[in-house]
Amino acid sequence: MNRKSRWAAGPYILWMIIFVIVPLVLIGVFAFTTDAPFDENSKRLTQEELAAIEEEYAETDEELPVTYKTVFTWDNILSVSQYLPVLFNSAWLALIATAICLIIGYPLAYFMSRFRASSQRLVQMLIMLPMWMNFLLRTYAWMTLLEKNGWINRIFGLIGVGPFEMINTQGAVVLGMVYNYLPFMILPLYSVMTKIENHTIEAAQDLGAGSIRVFTKVVIPLSMPGIASGITMVFVPAVSTFIISRMLGGGTNMLIGDLIDLQFLGNAYNPNLGAAISLVLMVFILLCMSITNQLDNGDEEMEGKML
Amino acid sequence: MKKFAKNFYIFLVFLFLYAPIGVLIVNSFNASKSRSVWGGFTFDWYSKLLHDETILKSLVTTLVVALVASVISTLLGTAAAIGIFNMKKNMRSLILNISYLPIINPEIVTGVSLMLLFVSFKMDFGYITLILAHISFCVPYVILNVLPKLRQMDKHLIEAALDLGCNRWQAFTKVTLPEIMPGVITGFLMSVTYSVDDFVISYFTHGSKAQTLSITIYSMTRRKVSPKVNALSTLIFVAVLTILIIVNVADAKRNSPKKYKKGVKA
Repeated sequence: MNRKSRWAAGPYILWMIIFVIVPLVLIGVFAFTTDAPFDENSKRLTQEELAAIEEEYAETDEELPVTYKTVFTWDNILSVSQYLPVLFNSAWLALIATAICLIIGYPLAYFMSRFRASSQRLVQMLIMLPMWMNFLLRTYAWMTLLEKNGWINRIFGLIGVGPFEMINTQGAVVLGMVYNYLPFMILPLYSVMTKIENHTIEAAQDLGAGSIRVFTKVVIPLSMPGIASGITMVFVPAVSTFIISRMLGGGTNMLIGDLIDLQFLGNAYNPNLGAAISLVLMVFILLCMSITNQLDNGDEEMEGKML
Repeated sequence: MKKFAKNFYIFLVFLFLYAPIGVLIVNSFNASKSRSVWGGFTFDWYSKLLHDETILKSLVTTLVVALVASVISTLLGTAAAIGIFNMKKNMRSLILNISYLPIINPEIVTGVSLMLLFVSFKMDFGYITLILAHISFCVPYVILNVLPKLRQMDKHLIEAALDLGCNRWQAFTKVTLPEIMPGVITGFLMSVTYSVDDFVISYFTHGSKAQTLSITIYSMTRRKVSPKVNALSTLIFVAVLTILIIVNVADAKRNSPKKYKKGVKA
C-alpha cells in the first residue's frame, strides 16, 4: 500500500505523545513523588526538624535554609487506602445506577427495535435530545423537583403524604446518575437489538419456545454485546462523577470524583495525593472493564457450544 | 391490554426523561424568584439574560473554543486516519489503542492529567489550554469516523488516478477527499457537539480569563441560583430542537432523491 501516506499520521503521533501519553505518565510521576524539605547539606529533614528550623527563623527576616526537592515515595498510594470506603461507596452507587438503567432501558430498547422504521428514528431522536442539553442544567432541574417544598413533594402533599426528605440523600445521587446516563444504556442496547431479526424470534416460537424461553434463549444472548457496552458506558462516568453528588447529594455524600476534585481545585490542595487517587480509580475501572469484557466473551463461548 | 402496558411504560420513561426539562421551561416564565411557587407569567428573565455580560461572554468563549478546536481536530484527525490506515497491522493497532485512551478513561482523569501537563509546562490557564484540551478529546472521534470511510473506499481508485497522471496531492483532493468527506463532516460535527457540551475537562483546564458556558452555569448553580439559568436552558433546548428537526428533515429529503437516482441508474 501507500508507504508515503503513513507520514500523514506524523503530526498526530507527536500530538498523542504530548497530550495523551505524557499526561498519563505525569499522573504516575505525581502519584509516586512528593516535595520533601532538605537542609543546606542536602540532608532530608523530618517534620520535627523542619518545624524547629521554621521556629528558629520565625523572628528573623532571613530566608529559610530549606530547599524542596521532588523525591520518590509510596506515601500517596498508601494513604489512598484511607479513602477506600469512598471508592467502594462510589462503586456501589454507580453499580445500583447501572442496574436500574439496565432494568429500565432493556425493555424500552427492545420495544423500540420492534417499531416501524420511521417511529424508531423519532424515538431515537427523543432519547438523544435531553443529552444535548447541558448536563448541569438537567441536574439542576432535579434539585427543583426533589426539594423539600419542591414539585414532587407538592404532588405527594395533594394526596396527603409526605413531605419526604429526598434531596441530599444517596438515593438522589443514584437518581441523578440514572437520569444522566440512561441514554448511554438505551442506545447501545437498541443498536444491537435492531439487528435481531423478527424471523429469528419467529423461528424460536415455531420450534416451540414460549415467550420467556424466547427471551432468555434468543433475545438476551444476542443482545449481550449491547449489554456489555451499555454497562461500561453507564458505569464509568457514574463512578467517576463529582457534580451529581455535589448538586443532589448536598456535599455530604462524597464520591471518589469529589475527592480528586478537592485535591486539585478544592480546599485540600494536594496534587500528589490527587494523582494517586486518580491512578487507583483508573486501575479500578480497567479491572471492572475486563469483567464486562468477560460478559461479552461468555457469549462467544456459548456460540461455540452451540456449534 | 399488553399493548397498553407497553405504551404506558414507554410514556413513563419519557416522562422521566423530560420532566426536569419541562420544569426548567415552566420556571423560565415564572415571575416568582422561588423555584416552586408560581408568581405569574413573565419574560423578564429572558431580557435580563440578554443583558448578562458574563453569560454572553462565556457563550462567545464556548463557540470560539468549539470552532477552533473542531477545525484543528478535523485536520489533525483526518491526516492521522489516512496515515494510520496505511500502516502495518501491529503499528496500527498500537496507535489506535492509545488514541482511544481519552475516550475510555474517566473524564476526570483525562482532565486532571491535562491539568498536570499544563502546570508542569508552566502554561497560563486560558484560551490556549482550553483549546489544546478540547482538541485532545475531539481528535479520537474524527479518527473513529474517517477510518471506516477509508476502509470502504476502493483502493484502485487512487491507483487509477495516479496512472492517469494525477500527482499525489491531486489524487488526494480529487479522489480520496470526496470519498471520505461524509466521515470528515460527521467527525467535525461530533467534535463541535462534545466541545460545546463538555464540562469536566474544561473545569480542570480553564482559567479565569476564558470560561465556557458550562463553567459559568456551574458557578451559577453553586451560588443562589438566578432564574436566568432557566431562561438560558429553555433557549438552548429550543435551539437544539430546531437544529435536530432541520437535520432530520434535510436527511429525509436527501434520502428520498438518492433512492430515485439509484433507480435511474439501475
